[in-house]
Amino acid sequence: MLVVLAAVAAAYVLLPFAALLQRAPWTDLGDLLGRPVVTDALRLSVTTAVLATAVSLVLGIPLAWLLARTEFRGRSLARALLTLPMVLPPVVGGAALLFAFGRRGLLGGPVYDSAGFLLPFSLWGVVAANTFVAMPFLVLTVEAGLRGADARYEDAAATLGASRWTILRRVTLPNAAPAIVAGAVLCWARALGEFGATVTFAGNLQGRTQTMPLAVFLALESDRDAAIALSLVLIAVSLAVLLPLRDRWLTV
Amino acid sequence: MRRVVALTAALALVLVLAACGGGDDGDAVRVFAAASLTDAFTEIAEAFVGEVTLSFAGSATLRAQIESGAPADVFASADERDDGEPFALNTLEIAVPAGNPGGVTGLEDFADDGLLLGVCADEVPCGRYARAGLASAGVDAAIDTSEPDVRSLLTKIEAGELDAGIVYRTDVVASGAAVDGIAIPDDHNVAVTYPIAALTDAGEDFVAFVRSDEGRAILAAHGFETP
Repeated sequence: MLVVLAAVAAAYVLLPFAALLQRAPWTDLGDLLGRPVVTDALRLSVTTAVLATAVSLVLGIPLAWLLARTEFRGRSLARALLTLPMVLPPVVGGAALLFAFGRRGLLGGPVYDSAGFLLPFSLWGVVAANTFVAMPFLVLTVEAGLRGADARYEDAAATLGASRWTILRRVTLPNAAPAIVAGAVLCWARALGEFGATVTFAGNLQGRTQTMPLAVFLALESDRDAAIALSLVLIAVSLAVLLPLRDRWLTV
Repeated sequence: MRRVVALTAALALVLVLAACGGGDDGDAVRVFAAASLTDAFTEIAEAFVGEVTLSFAGSATLRAQIESGAPADVFASADERDDGEPFALNTLEIAVPAGNPGGVTGLEDFADDGLLLGVCADEVPCGRYARAGLASAGVDAAIDTSEPDVRSLLTKIEAGELDAGIVYRTDVVASGAAVDGIAIPDDHNVAVTYPIAALTDAGEDFVAFVRSDEGRAILAAHGFETP
């Protein structure tokens, strides 16, 4: 019975990919993939996903450490709020980002008036949107890894005279490495596929903010072959990253 | 065990009642309409004698959905290339946030790099017409975003996140006080013909109502011209 249900689950996920491959314009693929709209979108998608993952690592690991290793009142509430972007509809997230960091935004307004700096309609706007939706994945995964790690190693290091920074660098983080890698991969994958928050916050302009999901969405309306070609590229890139990491990814 | 059985029975009963009591959706006329028709068609649907379900999106999205088999009785498009009888005319207008903070006066300002400017994406009619108008005026536009549909463009203009955008005149009317409109001269503008088509017999009455005097009056009140 379990096998049957598992097979149904697998078929449900794999069938759409099979349908996509069946509809693919194989003869025109080379020509389609060379078009600027495809290369621009791919370059932007990969760049912003990597940047968003980098930002998420720098900001998310300390946050995960805080949630896992310190006790403070309202920690559960804090965790719930900080992972809200995971359940929020992405477009709502994008709208909220606009109200916060847009030209008339809570923070964005004063920053724009004083420094002329603006996030929306720029590459860093896409990174900001991606980070907003993807960082919670990293935070949750790393927090779980830290919780599961044995704190006695850190205690042992402390009794041997290691400073807190040394403990973090030589014991805690290496212990949490599988979780950090898994979190980074999830974060990267989520950022790569982000659409709603990106289009609402950063807008859509080829070469500047039009990522792959955006390009696919618009191409579906006018040129279905191009849309399928773009989808195949996105799937290929994702597989290329996920497959080599599968052992580490699966052992969390 | 008895509690489980009782709870399951209660749940099943609730589900059956919900399915029955949800109104006769089978008779509702399913209308797919372009995003720019949102306000006008909502009012028309309320005035129409009978149940109407409305779906608004970019014309190209709707067309793709219908071609893929989505059930629709009526398709009212903003794209002249779609089939149907012309029932409304629209023109383009420059929309700016209330008070015109960017000091925009016309199409020439769309070449200004310092302003935040938006149009619709080329895949939707509004975007195509906007780019054609800019090209006809000889403007090398510095566009910051080409939104997937007119409503999202309008939302950003209303919020002041963009200094100007090219939308339909009906959108400027619909936004009321939140947005000011700047007319585009006729020689760089388009008269967009909206076609409406009944895809099934069930849609014929609705199409007839839209093209009746009452329907035309509602359209006119929202900024459309009627042929």
